[in-house]
Amino acid sequence: MITYVLIVAATLVVVAIIGRRVVRRRSQRVLSAPARTPLPSILVEERTARPDLGAVDDSLSGRLGASRGVFDRVRSSSGRGALTTGQLELVEEVLLRSDVGVTTTQQILKHLQTHGAPDGLVAALRTQLVALLEAGDRSLNATADDGRVAVWLFVGVNGVGKTTTIGKVASAQVAGGRSVVLAAGDTFRAAAADQLAMWAERTGADIVRGAEGSDPGAVIHDAIGRAHARGANLVLADTAGRRHTSTNLLEELSKVRRVADRVPGQVLETILVLDATTGQNAVSQAREFLAAANVTGLALTKLDGTARGGIVVALAQEFGLPVKLVGVGEGVADLRPFDPVEFVDALLEA
Amino acid sequence: MFDALSDRLERIGQNLRSKGRLSPADLDAALGEVRTALLEADVELSVVRAFVEAVKTRLDGVALSQSLSPGQQVIKAVHEQLIEVLGGTSLKVTYATHPPTVILLAGLQGAGKTTTAAKLARWFKQQGRQPYLIAADLQRPAAVEQLRVLGGQIGVDVFSAPTDPVSVARDGLAEATRIGRDVVIIDTAGRLSIDEALMAEVKAVSGATNPHYTFLVIDAMTGQDAVQTARAFHDTLELSGLIVTKLDYDARGGAVLSARGVVGRPVVFASDGEKLENFDLFHPDRMASRILGMGDIMTLIEEAERTMDQDVVADAAGRMMSGQFTLDDFLSQLNQVRKMGSLGGLMKMMPGMSKDIRKAADNIDDRDLNRVEAIIKSMTKAERTNPTIIDGSRRTRIAKGSGTNVAAVNQLLNQFKEMQKMMKQMAGGGALPGPLAKLAPMAARAQAGGQLPSGLGGLGGPAPFASPAKGGSKKKKKGGRVTPPKNR
Repeated sequence: MITYVLIVAATLVVVAIIGRRVVRRRSQRVLSAPARTPLPSILVEERTARPDLGAVDDSLSGRLGASRGVFDRVRSSSGRGALTTGQLELVEEVLLRSDVGVTTTQQILKHLQTHGAPDGLVAALRTQLVALLEAGDRSLNATADDGRVAVWLFVGVNGVGKTTTIGKVASAQVAGGRSVVLAAGDTFRAAAADQLAMWAERTGADIVRGAEGSDPGAVIHDAIGRAHARGANLVLADTAGRRHTSTNLLEELSKVRRVADRVPGQVLETILVLDATTGQNAVSQAREFLAAANVTGLALTKLDGTARGGIVVALAQEFGLPVKLVGVGEGVADLRPFDPVEFVDALLEA
Repeated sequence: MFDALSDRLERIGQNLRSKGRLSPADLDAALGEVRTALLEADVELSVVRAFVEAVKTRLDGVALSQSLSPGQQVIKAVHEQLIEVLGGTSLKVTYATHPPTVILLAGLQGAGKTTTAAKLARWFKQQGRQPYLIAADLQRPAAVEQLRVLGGQIGVDVFSAPTDPVSVARDGLAEATRIGRDVVIIDTAGRLSIDEALMAEVKAVSGATNPHYTFLVIDAMTGQDAVQTARAFHDTLELSGLIVTKLDYDARGGAVLSARGVVGRPVVFASDGEKLENFDLFHPDRMASRILGMGDIMTLIEEAERTMDQDVVADAAGRMMSGQFTLDDFLSQLNQVRKMGSLGGLMKMMPGMSKDIRKAADNIDDRDLNRVEAIIKSMTKAERTNPTIIDGSRRTRIAKGSGTNVAAVNQLLNQFKEMQKMMKQMAGGGALPGPLAKLAPMAARAQAGGQLPSGLGGLGGPAPFASPAKGGSKKKKKGGRVTPPKNR
């Protein structure tokens, strides 16, 4: 019933609006575009001019200029107990600048306000963030049932570093004594399988690949078959980067996961790979991938850049998704287990 | 997920109404909402502050217009300011007098440089140029191979050599000159902006090739870091413009505004899809609407022009406005709309949709569209033109034919009748917004009703036809007298 109201209404509204615009646009096509007034080309001058990190004052421009100064001040403003508006504003700024997001930031501020900061603002904030990020299971499970092969599936949008992450995970697992088979499930991006093959060569892992454009489920199925036949412990399955807004692509991913979870395969981890530079869109990504592929944890890549990856705080708050891995560089050894304390310190001190 | 700015302003809008002029307090409240909306769209904090200041100047003391609500007026000011900032200066690509025109692409890892290089080459080819691609990304495994594959798809030659980036760029440029190509696009290694070694590399490539244009490729999903990135690259390379990628995702793309704000160079191209043809010049007005969550209607219309049969839509819209509208029309429209994607998703992209409607749109299950189609297709031609002739026995037949139940047929018919009525009013009033407003209570009602099944079926999601209550009512009514459901 509910859906009928909406379907009928939505269809008509969509058609009406688009139809009207199309008609109007057709009639407007003869008209030329209105002239625009020229504008100053630089919106934020003080940011374009290099900020002087030494001279931070209380003025607005000083605060605009140097985020570093702001962080320093939060650390030093260790008043006891109740918090001033100024202190809360500083915390807000720190969190917003780290991509924690408006909603989560406000929740954190509320928590700070109600609980106060008996040991100083930084300590209170630190405790709260660490507690949030420590929740959930951060270990990677590679122990499959008897006679089955553990599968870790790596999912995410385009360009977050899925293939590179798999290469690094493979390296660590091979070094840890596991025999690993890589499944080149990204059959869409040109040369993605080549990239994974290079990682296989570098790490000494086995690899199964299919033709470009072939069925990713079949590639992963073959990899599991090979791993089973050769007695390998772990299959690391790559998937094509996909838009989380596309129903078809998400359905394909669900199917890939089902195929991988069929005996002898057993999907023990589904890792959503997330780029630390991503902003609030990560929330939407997490929601969709969680629904489509039952994500068990996050891998946060590119954390060695200037981005702080504060969005994982929002993801922990909203979905309880634990961060399991962080990528801090381009080297093989630059993928590490996530350390909440270290992460929060970096978030607050940067 | 995000509350669009219009919703936020609507919420405080009640207090803003009919005062003739925005009071300082009202203005502050409204600007606070603007700030939140921009932050949620990932615009960098300093850029947000500067922007809000500019909007404030725009609105300060201005007499309120009669035709716009105060909320709308604030949105208008924000929208105009966004367009100004995003499109204030534009870059016109001119070709070098001594070809080739050299273009260097730089950007972070994963921003989409390599794909953009190919898309750009394709674009120049369409402009009647003869582009040439140089793969100087020797860092990422298989990046050269990727560009070769893409180059093959668009019929553009790709130069690379397993030496070092600077030599590759220099030799590639010489080769392009030798074979007489007039546009050269250089793809460089992806890098993290703090990595000095790689920044030095791109600088060396730039120095060796002396590019006419240097574009920063930026991911629309980037958060606050966009500013750091843009500044670091601008300091090193002196950018000529920006190329924004991944606009096909649902990110608001505030990063574009951030980067534009600190670099002061225009956004030149935008990429909105994986396919090589999903690439075009940047449209500031569309980006402005998108950042504000106002529904990217222009993009939608372009999509509509690609996929929908425009004459059918224009015709149907005309008939809707004039109040003559049959189930056949409805079916053909339903199918047109389906070609464009999920109905719920489209609904959310429509401008002026309230929060309730957008929330309700989330509940649309596209599989139910099949049922609607089945029901209508189970009707005879006469029934579709004139649904009033559908009596009890016809209903039973239609229900059987479509594999649904009589209640479902009734609901569809009732809804259609109600919408028809609304269409007539709309035809009388002429404007859409009025009748659209009526959708809000309907959607809200559907929301309220929707909580029951979605609560019950928490595991499987809402499935209107699977819920036991409805299965029971179906049995009871089967064969007996059919009464329209009294659910209002």
